[in-house]
Amino acid sequence: MAKIVVVTSGKGGVGKTTTSAAFASGLAMRGYRTAVIDFDVGLRNLDLVMGCERRVVYDFINVIQGEARLQQALIRDRMLDKLFILPTSQTRDKEALTAEGVARVMDELHGEFDYVICDSPAGIETGALRALYHADEAIVVTNPEVSSVRDSDRILGILAARSRRAEEGKEPVREHLLLTRYAPRRVQGGEMLSLDDVKELLRIPLLGVIPESETILQASNQGIPAIHMKGSEVATAYEDVVARFLGEEKPLRFVQPEKPGFLKRLFGG
Amino acid sequence: MSFLDYFLGTRRKSASVAKDRLKLILAHERSDGTPDFLPALQEELLAVIGKYIPVDKDQISVNMERRGDYEVLELNVLFPDQH
Repeated sequence: MAKIVVVTSGKGGVGKTTTSAAFASGLAMRGYRTAVIDFDVGLRNLDLVMGCERRVVYDFINVIQGEARLQQALIRDRMLDKLFILPTSQTRDKEALTAEGVARVMDELHGEFDYVICDSPAGIETGALRALYHADEAIVVTNPEVSSVRDSDRILGILAARSRRAEEGKEPVREHLLLTRYAPRRVQGGEMLSLDDVKELLRIPLLGVIPESETILQASNQGIPAIHMKGSEVATAYEDVVARFLGEEKPLRFVQPEKPGFLKRLFGG
Repeated sequence: MSFLDYFLGTRRKSASVAKDRLKLILAHERSDGTPDFLPALQEELLAVIGKYIPVDKDQISVNMERRGDYEVLELNVLFPDQH
């Protein structure tokens, strides 16, 4: 019986795909059979971020339309043998994601995996709605920035009203806040919303904070999920996120600025 | 913010401006969905109250707002002087 987790945000470019790749990898590193699905039909990118773009033969839409079996479309990860990627179509449009088709694929994945991670597209249209519909839990990826916080709040409203759990009157989707691109020095300087500000505004439990870092670009350049960038702050932060998700206690890291040198303190930086 | 900025007082804390703006807009947007029925509610209340006391349409107002965790429905009726 798989647990279904949607990675969503409303706003684009906040780190949904980066997070989906890292989080799914982290679960597989812990030994869980994990599938990660790209719901961004027409703007496929999870395959690139996970470095399997040249191994895509069949995709999610082929499976929905009965042109391929699920087993043919799932791509085994290069690094982790418990991790599978279900890429989406680059050529069709979002209408191909039929409610029944998605339900059928989810049903089939349910028996095979421990976790199914749904990488949502930006926006609040078909792709995003289908991605969140089956979710048991939601990771709401948010940047400490006004438009991202507002869009996250909107997505929280949609999770509460339009998910399957909401429609069937079941226990609501469990929501987690993941704050990404966090720059503690800018927070200290009063130029960036703090972690406490965002928590207070969105009123959902915090799963973790990913610091702003060059490592993310280095990882996506090479098609390596950021959690594999050993020793980096970002990888450590994602490992902590996975641990907290699994119920372990982990204190927050990388939320305080590093102590600046004397000259920097005097003149700013 | 550097030591010099502190003395010159040149930088305004934009994060707190952001927070205040978000607080207002989120409170407003979260209450969305409820206001659609307010005009109808106002009409019906006017009809009921009008059966007993003559009131004008502009003497009755219905508002809904969020205060902390509560939604407050506020009804104001201004009665004519003779009553």
